[in-house]
Amino acid sequence: MGVSVAFHVSFLSGGLGAVEFGRDVLPIFSEKCFQCHGPDEKNRKADLRLDTMEGATRDLGGYAAVVPGNPGQSTLIDRIEHVDPDEIMPPPDSELVLNAKEKLLLREWIEMGAPFEDHWAFLPPQKLTLPNSGHPMDAIVAARLDREGLSFSPPASAGILCRRLYLDIIGIPPTPTEVDAFVAAEKVNRDQAVKDLSNRLQNSAQFGERWARPWLDVARYADSNGFEKDLAREQWAWRDWVIQAINNDKPYNAFLIEQIAGDLLPDATQDQIIATGFLRNGMVNEEGAIVPEQFRIEGLFDRMDCVGKAVLGLSLQCAQCHSHKFDPITQDEYYGMFAFLNNTHEAQSWVYSKKQLDQIQHIQSKVEDLENKIRSVHPDWKTEITHWEASLQANHPKWQTLDFHEHVWEGGLNHPTQLPDHSVLVLGHPTVGGSMYLVARPGETTVTELRLEALQHGDHPFGGPGRGRKGLFSIGELEIYQRASAEADWEKVALKGARADFATEERAISHEAEKEKRSLIGPAAFMIDGNTKTGWMPDRGPVLRHTDSVAVVTLSSPLKLTAESELKIRLQLHQGESADGRDNLQLGRVRCSITDTPPSDAPLPDHAAWLAMEKPIAERTQADFRVIFRAWRNSLEDCSEINTEIVALEQNYPEAETSVLSLAEPPTDLQRVTYFLDRGGWNRPRHVVEPHVPTALHATHNTPKTRLDFARWLASDASPLTARVQVNRVWQSIFGVGLVETAEDFGTRAPRPEHQALLDWLAVDFMEKGWSLKSLIRTIVSSQVYQQDSKCPPELAERDPQNRLLARGPRFRMDAESIRDTALSISGLLHERIGGASFHPPVPQSMLDYNYFKVDWHEAQAPERYRRSLYMFRKRSMPDPVLTTFDAPNGDFACARRMRSNTPLAALTPLNEPVFVEASRALSLRILKEGGTTDASRADYGFRLCTGRSSTASERDALLSLIEKQRSRLADGWLSIDQIGFGGDDKRTELPEGTTPQDAAAWTIAARVLLNMDATLTKF
Amino acid sequence: MTSKDMIRNEFAKGVTRRWFLRDCGVGIGATAFTSLLAQDQLLKGGRTHFPPKIKRVVYLFHAGAPSHLELFDPKPELTKRDGQLPPSELLKDYRAAFINPNSKLLGPKFTFSPHGQSGIELSDMLPHTSQLTDDMCLIRSMHTEAVNHAPAQIMLNTGSQQFGRPSLGAWMLYGLGSQSRNLPGYVVLTSAKGTSGGASNYGSGFLPTEYGGIPFRGTGDPVLYLSNPKGYDSKAQRDSLDTLNELNQIGFEQSPDPEITARIQAYETAYRLQTSAPELMDLKQESQETFDLYGIKNPQQSNYARNCLLARRLLERGVSFVQLFHEAWDQHGNLTKDIQKNCQETDQGTAALLIDLKRRGMLDDTLVIWGGEFGRTPMVQGGNDGRDHHNRCFSMWLAGGGVKKGFVYGETDELGFNIARDPVHVHDLNATLLHLLGFNHERLTYRYQGRDFRLTDVHGKVLNQILV
Repeated sequence: MGVSVAFHVSFLSGGLGAVEFGRDVLPIFSEKCFQCHGPDEKNRKADLRLDTMEGATRDLGGYAAVVPGNPGQSTLIDRIEHVDPDEIMPPPDSELVLNAKEKLLLREWIEMGAPFEDHWAFLPPQKLTLPNSGHPMDAIVAARLDREGLSFSPPASAGILCRRLYLDIIGIPPTPTEVDAFVAAEKVNRDQAVKDLSNRLQNSAQFGERWARPWLDVARYADSNGFEKDLAREQWAWRDWVIQAINNDKPYNAFLIEQIAGDLLPDATQDQIIATGFLRNGMVNEEGAIVPEQFRIEGLFDRMDCVGKAVLGLSLQCAQCHSHKFDPITQDEYYGMFAFLNNTHEAQSWVYSKKQLDQIQHIQSKVEDLENKIRSVHPDWKTEITHWEASLQANHPKWQTLDFHEHVWEGGLNHPTQLPDHSVLVLGHPTVGGSMYLVARPGETTVTELRLEALQHGDHPFGGPGRGRKGLFSIGELEIYQRASAEADWEKVALKGARADFATEERAISHEAEKEKRSLIGPAAFMIDGNTKTGWMPDRGPVLRHTDSVAVVTLSSPLKLTAESELKIRLQLHQGESADGRDNLQLGRVRCSITDTPPSDAPLPDHAAWLAMEKPIAERTQADFRVIFRAWRNSLEDCSEINTEIVALEQNYPEAETSVLSLAEPPTDLQRVTYFLDRGGWNRPRHVVEPHVPTALHATHNTPKTRLDFARWLASDASPLTARVQVNRVWQSIFGVGLVETAEDFGTRAPRPEHQALLDWLAVDFMEKGWSLKSLIRTIVSSQVYQQDSKCPPELAERDPQNRLLARGPRFRMDAESIRDTALSISGLLHERIGGASFHPPVPQSMLDYNYFKVDWHEAQAPERYRRSLYMFRKRSMPDPVLTTFDAPNGDFACARRMRSNTPLAALTPLNEPVFVEASRALSLRILKEGGTTDASRADYGFRLCTGRSSTASERDALLSLIEKQRSRLADGWLSIDQIGFGGDDKRTELPEGTTPQDAAAWTIAARVLLNMDATLTKF
Repeated sequence: MTSKDMIRNEFAKGVTRRWFLRDCGVGIGATAFTSLLAQDQLLKGGRTHFPPKIKRVVYLFHAGAPSHLELFDPKPELTKRDGQLPPSELLKDYRAAFINPNSKLLGPKFTFSPHGQSGIELSDMLPHTSQLTDDMCLIRSMHTEAVNHAPAQIMLNTGSQQFGRPSLGAWMLYGLGSQSRNLPGYVVLTSAKGTSGGASNYGSGFLPTEYGGIPFRGTGDPVLYLSNPKGYDSKAQRDSLDTLNELNQIGFEQSPDPEITARIQAYETAYRLQTSAPELMDLKQESQETFDLYGIKNPQQSNYARNCLLARRLLERGVSFVQLFHEAWDQHGNLTKDIQKNCQETDQGTAALLIDLKRRGMLDDTLVIWGGEFGRTPMVQGGNDGRDHHNRCFSMWLAGGGVKKGFVYGETDELGFNIARDPVHVHDLNATLLHLLGFNHERLTYRYQGRDFRLTDVHGKVLNQILV
């Protein structure tokens, strides 16, 4: 961890006089030279690189760009000072120019011996040893201010500090009562009062809601998939995980590890799998006929970008097509990191509630007891299973797996591919209806039966084997055709029977289908009944739903094939319900084989068990042994009672409440190899790249091999960036601008922080305190730096417009969510329910009407519509108009830093948007109820609600004059009391005692003004 | 001077020339908000690199990929080879979206005729546009990488297949600033269904939010939340805003934050917009002759033709960039009927806009662009009335300032499958558009994530051959 550096003025003052490579030279190189002489080897000119000492001083044939100590001998100096346009550097056509100061700096630096050092952000942060007394942050900042001839602003008043603490810690302002309580406590002991309030606020569940937001931005969270269809997705369980993790103050390193590789932790819990939704928050293209691999790769680029911005503070995407031009990341290293993330399934996992998980555990332990009972009845069960297996193997026909040279989705909507085991995989947009055919040339043989295996695959929902909402499938018709050669016509092959290892009991596929007497699912025979409206579905219920299945169809008579004969298997998959394809029941992965063994009626063993038994015992997993045991015990006649008991127990197994997109490691036979992609093209793979991390960043004692290793590497104490990036993000959220202004980029082109010593101290302290977010925030808010008044005298504004030096407190327009949450909170409408699914806020009909794909939008009513903005449904292609207007990102890509604009649309929104208008009416009633009996006392109360402080006389007068004017217009009938005060005729609600409908209307007008005041919208 | 005076003074000077920019110096450090816009990026009357040829752009974005073979690129040979297989050498490494590349060729559904002095051949489905071939610069050799709608639309509009980049209009506004005091600089009008690319087609990407396109809507409030809540009349609104301004001015005296004055200005502009936007949408002042020209039967009904007229009204009021989206051209099937229908709905409005701009003397410094995200296969999809996505070639046309008139650029092969001559990549087109606006596309950059991004990525060549 951080090395201590003695606290002395010269360090803080930045070594006045001497040229420093990192501070003075590297920015010049990065801006003006690295384009051609930087880390990118492909675009390097004249074989000269200036980003390393070795490169800069290398003998280029009797001369060198940099000869330490000797500017006269250094061609770099010669070239930058040259007058000949053919010689001068940078070349004129680059439009880059070195000014006199920069030239002088370079000369002085070479004179000094051209010392190189790494970019500051790639060196570990160090903690200054500070005087024992006082707040360390204050000591660091005060020293800097002193050097600048500045000093701290006076402390903010207690009321203002109270509001600031509320907004920063929980994202909603305090009530006047809460302000009063703090003001009283502050009088006794300011430090203690701040400490107590911070602790109390951090312990409230709203802390997690407030602090989840910056992470959701950088994690590009949204509730829809993006691209043209932009269908809804279930992902809020991941958002809940973030809120909980923050409320539990999960150490930031663990927070990262679980999100990047939670599934790979030993005995991963459901929560740890939910955490991996982080990388899955990216967009998914469901446009028809796409090549899924193209967009999978695009998705991985997006994940890399996300990790770069969120964790490392590096623009990794630059190295996707070529080595980074400014930072030491080669293209090979980019794909080295990519390789850690590439070998995963695009998984979806069920999410059970806590109660359901308990229920499941209860069932599982009961089942285990019963299975142990069977084991006691059959003490030699292991031997018995071996014999049982052998007898099954002996009676099993010999199957020849078909190798398909054609695998076609009719109409071309999907593009099936054949995997190495000859199974055919279908990914991409699922539709309600569709047919697929597969053509093989099996060679000379006789066919008596065809076996169809429905196989699981990690890219399908819950592993499939189906592609629909629940990962189920139904095959409407299975048809077999044959022809004597590729030139002959197809002839349909007659089928006489079908059986399966499992089939759902015959029923309609849905409630609607039941009513309309259509779409039945049931036995395997449904596949060959000539009716596409009936299909075979093996839904084993929630315990065993996601498992492999098998069906065998028998030919009416043995079919003789010659060496040229072709066999076509056609699957009709039309059974689905919803128009968006979500309820489709198409099979996702299928393998076919044929046999010449005479047909038998023997029941098919459970296919998952069968596949497990095909493995050599040494290779079987615990899961394999479990399915084999289950199949075996089900075959025991003497245990039928116990088996029945188990079935009864498992019938109570709950259906999951929701699901989440997650990561999962593929099985051995589906492991992915990563290729170097030429110019970042998904279809231009070159050589294989093994997973590895960039050499310019930190090394750890274990060389990372797996995604979990990679996650641990990212979250390592040795990382020069990880803690700094998080500390900076927190700082940005509190101060409006990060200590490093470009929160997403700490590379050589990032503006160097004015307060690097402060950033580094906080970063090291953060790690020393167990990567605790709560502790970091407490440290910040307890400082004088934070508690300064935010008023900005003109001289200071001119001197330091952005408050980079920190001679005053933070002041900026709040983020979109806080603006809306504040209006709801002030007006008393806020509905506080932590977590759960997103709600649909009111959206103008004209927006809903204008979508590529019809939007299912159920506008939430009170109180749901008054939940915190964090829970608003985020539809990527239709960004929420309220949030967007205040610069909230729409989740298309990772956003580490929001813009902060100030537009007329941002004026219209809080004036006229329905929820804000409702808030103005509610605020009016609250003011009338709690604000005393005179308009003057009410005006002051309204002010206190909105700004945390009392009004001045002129503010009160402004408001009172508005009230007075509107009262008379209401009284004279110019304005409608009902419309303004209650939102329509016949909508009057109960009024506070002693107040009139006219009061309500007049105060609604005033409340609307209060909600729009700069002071209400601003944190100061 | 008191701070109130300062604010008034600045108002008087018209500090907000640029509508959506918070660059509002109030005497105390004009660059107070450089966290948003680096100092060199703050606009002082535009940042063009050389004198522009045009002042404004109307982009008629016909989304869904209109068939070049039925509209702009006559292929008699394709008619002859209808029903035959395409030559196998064409299909090497070829990928369509849905169809097996080895599908049979489909002859064009409509005949073409030469028009005007230029003799440019256009489809008979475009009788109105055909009258204007002598004003048109037709490019028959466009190409793009993307073969799916959303990525291809994003590509055309933002220069990248990946979401998150600023749109052409946003770049333009970032470069030019807005010339309109009461309206946004970049306005979006929509007809038919929503586009595949969604709001990202006109978004600001990583540029500040104020550069994004603002949709003006055909139904409900033309600009979202433009109307006051029920019951408020204009006096109540004015009184409210006066009080709000007063409170904010008092706030400014307490803490002289330039952000406050920017907010006061934003509320004032919003107030003006409450008048200017409905005024814009209200076509009462337009003559019957104009309606007839555009083929507008019911001025209340929102459709493409009405949007064309609104585009002219927006340009007249100083809006720099108007983009129409009409998503209707994805003819995998029903090619004949749907093209007919689409042409009936759009041809006259398009032509009328050109004529209208011309007779108002505005076409000389306006650029009109017509096009969609890619073309369609010479091969059939389905039975005999559909075409698949095709990115190897498609047509677009430009008309107005700076570009040649009555001119055809580029050529496709005899089947309309590949480009035979003078390929124009999307980046080349975008480079050319920026050139016409007075920008070197390689120098109109924005620093984001340590990199100087531009509309054309690292590509793009200005098409000098089509420029006057």
